[in-house]
Amino acid sequence: MGPAAPAVTSARASRGRVAIPETIPFIGWSWADLLFLLFATTLLGTGLLVVLGRNIIRSGLWMIACFASLAGLYVLLGATLIAAAQVLIYIGAISVLVLFAVMLTQTKAAPTRLAFHHQAWAGALAAVGLALLLGLVVASTAWPGKGPRTASPADQLARLLFSDYVLAFEVVSVLLLAAVIGGVFLAKREDEPEESIVPSDGAPPGRWPGEEQGSS
Amino acid sequence: MSQSLEAYLVLSSLLFSIGTFGFLARRNAIAMLMSIELMLNGVNLAIVAFGAFQPALHGDAAIIALMVMAVAAAEATVGLAIVMAIYRNRRTPLVDEYDRMRE
Repeated sequence: MGPAAPAVTSARASRGRVAIPETIPFIGWSWADLLFLLFATTLLGTGLLVVLGRNIIRSGLWMIACFASLAGLYVLLGATLIAAAQVLIYIGAISVLVLFAVMLTQTKAAPTRLAFHHQAWAGALAAVGLALLLGLVVASTAWPGKGPRTASPADQLARLLFSDYVLAFEVVSVLLLAAVIGGVFLAKREDEPEESIVPSDGAPPGRWPGEEQGSS
Repeated sequence: MSQSLEAYLVLSSLLFSIGTFGFLARRNAIAMLMSIELMLNGVNLAIVAFGAFQPALHGDAAIIALMVMAVAAAEATVGLAIVMAIYRNRRTPLVDEYDRMRE
């Protein structure tokens, strides 16, 4: 991946291995540039498909592709541990969670034709304005300390995580525990009605008043 | 191109803007949560890029990115549980029909 790797491979080519040129033939880019362009276009394209697609299951599947290309970008940046965590957490856990929630909330009556609000143009305007603003900030700032990217090995990260950031680590673990308990509590089906949630006007428990004549 | 911080920052801001548009424009609550995940991923890409290009931020950026991932997982859990709880009452995942809280 780094600049030293192709030289090694070309040195080994005389010993019967396949020679990999340092740059791409006929174009002249380095391999890292090609991979960056590939992952960047995949990232933005699948991100747009997630947002613009009308079928929400397909949006969830495109989101997995988006996260995978982002993991590739993390590898390009030298953050291999983050890339592994991206694959494990986002592709393995969060996408599956989102897809399960999509499948549990699909109704036949849900209108798939109208995937956007009526004022989606205002949201598009705000998003384009935000992108322009952020691009302006990135372009107009002289980023200090611009140097070659370097990898961060996992043992350094582990040492840092359990020395300097141990309080944050514990707080995050408590947060995850609270999220698990809260998720179970919120998603728990209330089979037997409790007296404390019965409204005073005699509506059936577990339902919101006036739901029967609603548009359900 | 892949050796410049600006390219990664532009990419992350574009991903954040895509997520912003999805959050503002989609009607489905789960699609809005997906857009929030896109925005968090854009922020994470910026953090990791800063960590890779600035030697002073080497390990810190990776730790912060891991923390963001953990918080995103917690957010997804609670958010989807809330969507499921509302769906059980309202029988729709569309947020513009969640207007019963006003009464």
